[in-house]
Amino acid sequence: MSSSEVAIKPRVHYLNVDYGIKSWLLTTDHKRIAWLYLISITFFFAIGGVAASLMRLNLLEPQGLLVEPETYNKLFSTHGIVMIFLFLVPSIPAVLGNFLIPLMLGARDVAFPRLNLLSWYVFMAGGSLVTYALIAGGVDTGWTFYTPLSTMYLNTHVMATATGVFIAGFSSILTGLNFVVTIHKMRAPGLTWFRLPLFIWAMYATSIIFIIGTPVVAISLALIVIERLFHVGIFDPALGGDPILFQHLFWFYSHPAVYVMILPSMGVISEVVTALSRKKIFGYHFIAFSSIAIAVIGFLVWGHHMFVSGQSIYAGLVFSALSMAVAIPSAVKVFNWTATLYKGSISYEAPMLYALGFIGLFTIGGLTGLYLATTAIDQHVHATYFIVAHFHYIMVGGAIMGYMAGIHFWWPKISGKLYPDGWSRVAAIIIFVGFNLTFFPQFILGYLGMPRRYAVYPPEFQTLNVVSTAGATILGLGYIIPLIYFAWSIRYGAPAGDNPWKATGLEWTTSSPPTTHNFEETPVVTEEPYGYDRIAEEIQVA
Amino acid sequence: MIASRRKYKLHNSQAVIAEQFDDRTQQHEAASLGMWIFLATEVMFFGALFTGYTVYRNLYTTAFEAGSHLLNARIGAFNTAVLIGSSLTMALAVHAAQTGMRKRLMAFLASTMVLGGLFLYIKFALEWVHDYRDGMIPGLHFTYSGPHASHVAMFLCFYFIMTGVHALHMIVGEGVMTVLLIMAWRGEFSRESHNHIEMFGLYWHFIDIIWIFLFPLLYLLGAHY
Amino acid sequence: MPHAFPLFPQQASTLAPAVDHLFYFLTAVSVFFSALIFLLIFYFAIKYRRRSKDEAPPKNQVINNIPLEVTWTVIPMILVAIMYFWGADIFVRNSQPPPNATEIFVIGKQWMWHIEHTNGKREINSLHIPEGVPIKLTMTSQDVIHDFFVPAFRVKKDVLPDRYTSEWFQATKVGKYHFFCNQYCGMGHSLMRGWVYVMTPEDYQKWLNSGVSGTTMAEQGETLYHQYGCITCHGTGKGPAFQGLFGRPVKLADGQTVLANEAYIRASILDPSSQIVNGYPAIMPTFKGQVSEEQVLQLTAYIKSLASKERNTGTP
Repeated sequence: MSSSEVAIKPRVHYLNVDYGIKSWLLTTDHKRIAWLYLISITFFFAIGGVAASLMRLNLLEPQGLLVEPETYNKLFSTHGIVMIFLFLVPSIPAVLGNFLIPLMLGARDVAFPRLNLLSWYVFMAGGSLVTYALIAGGVDTGWTFYTPLSTMYLNTHVMATATGVFIAGFSSILTGLNFVVTIHKMRAPGLTWFRLPLFIWAMYATSIIFIIGTPVVAISLALIVIERLFHVGIFDPALGGDPILFQHLFWFYSHPAVYVMILPSMGVISEVVTALSRKKIFGYHFIAFSSIAIAVIGFLVWGHHMFVSGQSIYAGLVFSALSMAVAIPSAVKVFNWTATLYKGSISYEAPMLYALGFIGLFTIGGLTGLYLATTAIDQHVHATYFIVAHFHYIMVGGAIMGYMAGIHFWWPKISGKLYPDGWSRVAAIIIFVGFNLTFFPQFILGYLGMPRRYAVYPPEFQTLNVVSTAGATILGLGYIIPLIYFAWSIRYGAPAGDNPWKATGLEWTTSSPPTTHNFEETPVVTEEPYGYDRIAEEIQVA
Repeated sequence: MIASRRKYKLHNSQAVIAEQFDDRTQQHEAASLGMWIFLATEVMFFGALFTGYTVYRNLYTTAFEAGSHLLNARIGAFNTAVLIGSSLTMALAVHAAQTGMRKRLMAFLASTMVLGGLFLYIKFALEWVHDYRDGMIPGLHFTYSGPHASHVAMFLCFYFIMTGVHALHMIVGEGVMTVLLIMAWRGEFSRESHNHIEMFGLYWHFIDIIWIFLFPLLYLLGAHY
Repeated sequence: MPHAFPLFPQQASTLAPAVDHLFYFLTAVSVFFSALIFLLIFYFAIKYRRRSKDEAPPKNQVINNIPLEVTWTVIPMILVAIMYFWGADIFVRNSQPPPNATEIFVIGKQWMWHIEHTNGKREINSLHIPEGVPIKLTMTSQDVIHDFFVPAFRVKKDVLPDRYTSEWFQATKVGKYHFFCNQYCGMGHSLMRGWVYVMTPEDYQKWLNSGVSGTTMAEQGETLYHQYGCITCHGTGKGPAFQGLFGRPVKLADGQTVLANEAYIRASILDPSSQIVNGYPAIMPTFKGQVSEEQVLQLTAYIKSLASKERNTGTP
């Protein structure tokens, strides 16, 4: 029988069920919504990345190589606002969370699919307003919008940017709401809480933060807009306002926001480490509860951004103690992941490389957080390059590497295709090297005393700045490579098969890509997650 | 699937379950949990404003009392009664939906809309317009010349922002009620399936509770009755 | 001039070695745990690498060990507790300057620093101080939030509008050290910096007395006291007298008792009706917009100079 006589009907799945533009822009399929977010946030990542590149190029020279300080101030503001609000905060939740949560729960979709689509449109509305403000001339408040600078002393596009971020925040709130209800109410029969994948626990904790924290920053930004629009003095000391009140309101959200950015990555790492070492996760309950602990304690530490702001020393001491406490659950996770590797069967594909990189870099980032939580040291390193290095170790070395690990791990499921293994490993290594070269010198720069947000600097800081810029160049190249091969794989990649990693988890029991409704029949769960130990026994018995 | 596909059929005979749910109970529980979580976000949203209010009231107690005296507590009290009345009619609307009484549901929804509209009319046309004429709006028209004018202005800022955000929530509520009234008229609610009414009831009661906090904190500072 | 590649700023204050020692401890702990994790990952990744594509999952998987979990929870808790208490100790000890500290006044504005010594000597974007003497900076901003940061002293504090903040240090080494504005304040933020010149006490005295018109801050304050007519009330009993006032508790009309410090004096000048002293009528007009921050500091210096005099309500 020749191949032309055997007509194989192509399988219908969520990507090819309909190709029309309306079928994408009016979809309520959580998997398509994940794609909408994937494309949007990649666009915003590019904007934030260009801003960072220009910043680092400028910092090659102590007097500034490229731009005037006014422009530099807009660059670092753009970089922060876009990377945090328009890339990192949505990244894993809106892309991987949207795609995977119903699949991992054995559900057909999230609890409120139309609300899910609305979330994306709200996100695009906010993001578009921020982009418009950028094109119209940008903003130079810093992503922290401190008053009275942002309310009374700048004439850049503060209101448009603040409103854009305000709107985008509602996207997070609605997504968080959707996820919590989905996780509570749409689990497959037999899927009890302690049978849930740890990614779900991480997303649950993240969603709690979205729900409780985001509304507060929304009001903070709204008050700034009102102050500028109506020339009232909510934060103006001359009219009785308190600029420190703004800082409290702002950081009440913005500290938990950093846990929003790291918890989902931690969830991804839990999934990747266990699957690619074919070993049941070590300390499941400890990892699950540590996610909740981080979310809860994370709401109690915001004052550690304000040790030198004029806050009382007693408040400082309380916030310092709580900040120490929040480090412990993260340490517990790192040890449990490492113990999972023990006597595992470890393979080195890109997801595992990113996961191992995450564990190492997050460890460094987390440990440097302790320096900042220690009041006496923070008095020296606050608002220097030390903190810049610390948060980039967590946000880039941690969160973004976790995102990359997740995209590489679930790409076969999302697209039905495989990406080139060799190039993916090379890119992971390039990113790891470039990252460390960029940001490790910044710890030294910070302790030496170089302040952050400086467009020009004393000449003795130049060498370390040059090293950092060199690293940034490598890092940037590293990020471009996956963009290319993922796009390539959509057309030319080999078919992935249902479960290329031979991983456990409900998402791997359905086809790659899944059909629109995910499962032919609702699965029934009867066993613990990560059943690699059972697979080992079955093979042994067979 | 395409979002334009109607999820609910006309006529109240069959309760329809959205395709992501397995049964009516799951759909109802999900809607309920979703609305409670949304209300939690609203608590945090208003909570940030209450926090700012509390900080400044502590700092400028006398000025806040002076500012509060500028407001008309009688109108505020009447409006409070109006809003509580609208919560009563809303609760009766929910009950009508639960017992499958379509005309009664429509009547109570309409009553709630009327009372809510009355509240908004009083607030905007009778209070805010007069406040503008009396020079009580910081930033737009503020002519108060007593002591600590800037702190009195701070009080009035919070008054307008907090009642304004509250009023915005009520306006959204009026819009939603319009849609619900039309759906009720088309017979889309039944004894078995009336999630929208119940969930909106929760929202409306929440808006009422926020007002019950706003009224004494804004209108009754330093009051002696 | 060739110099070693520095990893640390110079230690030029009494605080610096203490902060650096704590830093070394944290670095030792961090290096230990980073190395531990890196080495374990490296070791496990190699030793337990998958040897064939179809290799089965390992048998006898250990997935729980409560004693281990407890150990690696408790040990980090102990270590962070040490960091916390050690840091808190330094922080609290350093929060209050010694009582005999020399006061210097700092006014930050976009984008420069005005600094005034009590003898009236002014400087811009530089700070001359003597070695071995505790220095207390009392700072305020005329516009947005700034921050006064001296890396070599390991200390910084935000400088706020409409309020005073302070930091103190005692320099231990003659030399010149950077100071930076360390709270983003707009266009000129990265240019808002200068040098701290630590001099021997003798050189400092010479510098302090050179080029000064001869009026101290307190003397300038006394001139303002007459010029703005403060004497008409405060010198006649209509308002509280200034003798023996500064640093003492004051009972207010609303029943509160407050300390007569810099913040109190400033608020009394710029917003007098917010703090009426018990027993006095609320008739003092505000001088907001008439008196600059520098003049407020000079008036405060004058009032401070009367602190040790006996209280009387007659004319001075």
